[in-house]
Amino acid sequence: MLQPLELTNLLSWLDTTLRDSMPVFWVLLIEFVLVAVALLAAYAILAIILIYAERKITAFFQARFGPNRVGIYGILQSIADVIKILLKEIIRINNVDRFLFFAAPFFMIVASMLTFGAIPFGKMLHAIDFNIGVLYVTAVSSLGIIGVLLAGWSSNNKYSMIGAMRSGAQFVSYELSAGFALMTIVVLTGTMSFSEMIAKQEFCWNIFNGHISSIIAFVIYLISGHAETNRGPFDLPEAESELTAGYHTEYSGLQFGFFYLAEYLNMFIIASIATTVFLGGWMPIQIPGLDGFNQVMWYIPSYAWFFGKTGVLIFLSLWVRWSFPRLRIDQLLNLEWKYLLPINLVNILIMVILVLAGLTLTDLFPVLAP
Amino acid sequence: MENIKKLILNTITDAVIEDKKILTVTVEPNKLHLLAKTLRDNAAMPFDFLVKLIGMDWGEKLGVIYLLASSTDLSKEIVLKTGTSDRENPLLYSVTDLFETAHFNEREVYALLGIRFINNPDMRKFFLNADWNGFPLRKDYDANPELNPLSLESVEMIDTAPRIMENADGKLIEETVNIFEADDYIINIGPQHPSTHGVMHFRTALNGEIVQKIDVHSGYIHRGIEKLSENLTYPQILHFTDRLDYLSANINRHALCMCVEKAAEIEVPDRAQYIRTIMDELNRIDSHLLAWACQTNDLGATTAFIYGMREREIILHIFEKTCGGRLIINQNVIGGVMFDIYNNFQKDVKEFIPYMREKLKEYDRFFTHNVIALGRMIGIGNLSKEDAISYAVTGPAGRGSGWSCDIRKHQPYSLYDKVDFKEIIRTEGDSYARYLNRLDEIEQSLHIIEQLIDNIPNGEILAKTKAIIKLPVGEYFQRIEACRGEFGVYIESRGDKTPYRMKFRSPSMALVSVMPLICKGEKISDFIGIGGSMDYVIPDIDR
Repeated sequence: MLQPLELTNLLSWLDTTLRDSMPVFWVLLIEFVLVAVALLAAYAILAIILIYAERKITAFFQARFGPNRVGIYGILQSIADVIKILLKEIIRINNVDRFLFFAAPFFMIVASMLTFGAIPFGKMLHAIDFNIGVLYVTAVSSLGIIGVLLAGWSSNNKYSMIGAMRSGAQFVSYELSAGFALMTIVVLTGTMSFSEMIAKQEFCWNIFNGHISSIIAFVIYLISGHAETNRGPFDLPEAESELTAGYHTEYSGLQFGFFYLAEYLNMFIIASIATTVFLGGWMPIQIPGLDGFNQVMWYIPSYAWFFGKTGVLIFLSLWVRWSFPRLRIDQLLNLEWKYLLPINLVNILIMVILVLAGLTLTDLFPVLAP
Repeated sequence: MENIKKLILNTITDAVIEDKKILTVTVEPNKLHLLAKTLRDNAAMPFDFLVKLIGMDWGEKLGVIYLLASSTDLSKEIVLKTGTSDRENPLLYSVTDLFETAHFNEREVYALLGIRFINNPDMRKFFLNADWNGFPLRKDYDANPELNPLSLESVEMIDTAPRIMENADGKLIEETVNIFEADDYIINIGPQHPSTHGVMHFRTALNGEIVQKIDVHSGYIHRGIEKLSENLTYPQILHFTDRLDYLSANINRHALCMCVEKAAEIEVPDRAQYIRTIMDELNRIDSHLLAWACQTNDLGATTAFIYGMREREIILHIFEKTCGGRLIINQNVIGGVMFDIYNNFQKDVKEFIPYMREKLKEYDRFFTHNVIALGRMIGIGNLSKEDAISYAVTGPAGRGSGWSCDIRKHQPYSLYDKVDFKEIIRTEGDSYARYLNRLDEIEQSLHIIEQLIDNIPNGEILAKTKAIIKLPVGEYFQRIEACRGEFGVYIESRGDKTPYRMKFRSPSMALVSVMPLICKGEKISDFIGIGGSMDYVIPDIDR
């Protein structure tokens, strides 16, 4: 297949040029640094784009204009905001546990950055391809909660404390559901590596492949992923109308910026994992036998597919966030422990039966297998 | 009423009964509780609704005026008066055990007039700090600012309350009680908090997420409007009414205008009555829209909030075109209205009515049947009818508890006896009933406007009044249905151009006073949600 816009060519050209001119050690070093810089830059730029997109989309939902003063259609608004938040004073607060107070935002941002590194953004655009990618992502992303708990506890503020405790309960609960939903797909694909998962979805996305069971898992993953990002209707830890700002009430300037950044990136991370696991990741839409059509689809580069699919999920998440009122903590936990978790457990069982009995779509129609 | 007179004389033989517009009974302080109890428990016509509790300084005597009404028929009223000539340590008996609403009102009277009430369970000053020198509403009050300098020091909250209790032998015991338990986890909700809808302070004891006890602190924006009014002429006072419950500014102002007009016997032209009624109802829709929007926002639905503001904007625009004001519109003046309607007023309003109906349906689709919203409102913040009457909770909240308390029906004023509308009553008494009541009242207000808008008669909009309005000697009560419940004005005139005593009944104060009762045992998020469903406005409390 011709893939003219793909970054593969550029990257392999860079690699061979470097290898031709210097020893392997230096080549690797340079490449590591480049990858790290590229990831950090992508992290920041994505956050800026997401913030702008959210503000515009929210304005659309709410019959408003949104940012429209800085630059055309206000596109420079987020950048202005970033500059502002970088210049803001970090207010020193008395009677806080200084070390933990300062450490908390880093837990948040480091956790989300670690997860960010393991996401396959496109063909060859995959910083680390673990053979246990799913497990790694689930494990690392749950580190963020430590930041929330520390922030709430060290702030020495009752509102923050309540927010952090809510967050703890919520995160632990919904992590279960999210994990189980991903496990359902692991059962289906038989692998925990993201790249292999994507390769297996060439003709039939996982959400179709495991039909009933996959769709249930997808919906549950969206709900619990949404809950993990602490966004409405699950924004109890912040709950601005109840707890003013919850666990990050006492933070200002860049420290608050870290929480803010992590929140937006978490939204992106959840959407991109859902894309990778359920919607074929960066794989273009392919129909077996229709080579012409497939070729046309490949002209669209893989990263565009990835960001497109992720964008749809993010839009969905914003739609939900700006439509529903907030749940109460007991309703939230009821939803998880009384409904989602039992459904999930049964769902895994169904998936096991589907796979063992050969009832998945790829089993039924071998033409769909990669 | 003859039966009532007999009943009073049978109970208290030396009661002084005056046959004024409202039956007025004066009794000794130690007999008042018995009389109030008898009237409250009178089965044929229970006077169980304490409308106003007015502290008075008559000069030689300090005392209290109680305006009681029957909860079954709000137009049946009776006035009780009592007083003491002891100005050093005035003591009266509390009626808190009969009417819960008296609790905050008696504390207010203590702060402003220095009268302490025996058997009131918590005799702290309301509105004012405990260390305030002097009692502002007394006629001999020294307003010298040096006596009460502005302090910039942080003051620790002390959670103890003094009180005077009478024991079985009739002896008075002064004691101090703790408001919270020693190991309570207390958080301050307010005075700066996004969901207290103003500068309100609830000290809240929590057990985990569950509210155990609420202690209400008020007065952060107390402006002493009643005191200021005593030095101003009636047209000047009008501006203050707008700044009480600023969301029903026009209705409050209407109340004071009516009170003065009745007292001075000024005939209001028909056209002005029509304009007033239409404006009142537009104001009610505006206020209910904001209440709806804020309630949804308190429950976490920001988009619904903006939808409410969007529709409200149209009304504000009509207000602006009529008189230049948006929130506070300065429309009513004594004798009529200040501005005539503009040319396209009828057209604009008639376009708004179907538009608003359409939007009400949208609200229903968007929020009213949302499963999360239902879970956050149904069965939350239950207020029984008995409690609603005892705490004097009127308005959509009182009617949500099954109490028919619409003054527009019981004591029609302006044009409300000529138009057809339904009083919305629900019996559930929860947040959802209050929520639905507001939306239904918007529909009823639209219906009222519809009947009036095409029939506005031509003619004058302002009656001729004297340059200086002086009211004849007497006491004047006026009650009106504001957006949050019954708003009331009391004027005591001694024949001057300024009132001797001016008192406003604040519907929001009753709404706040019932919060500790209905929030007990609910989650903290529901406390916020219930607050939204009660929809109190703080400047209305902190007069």
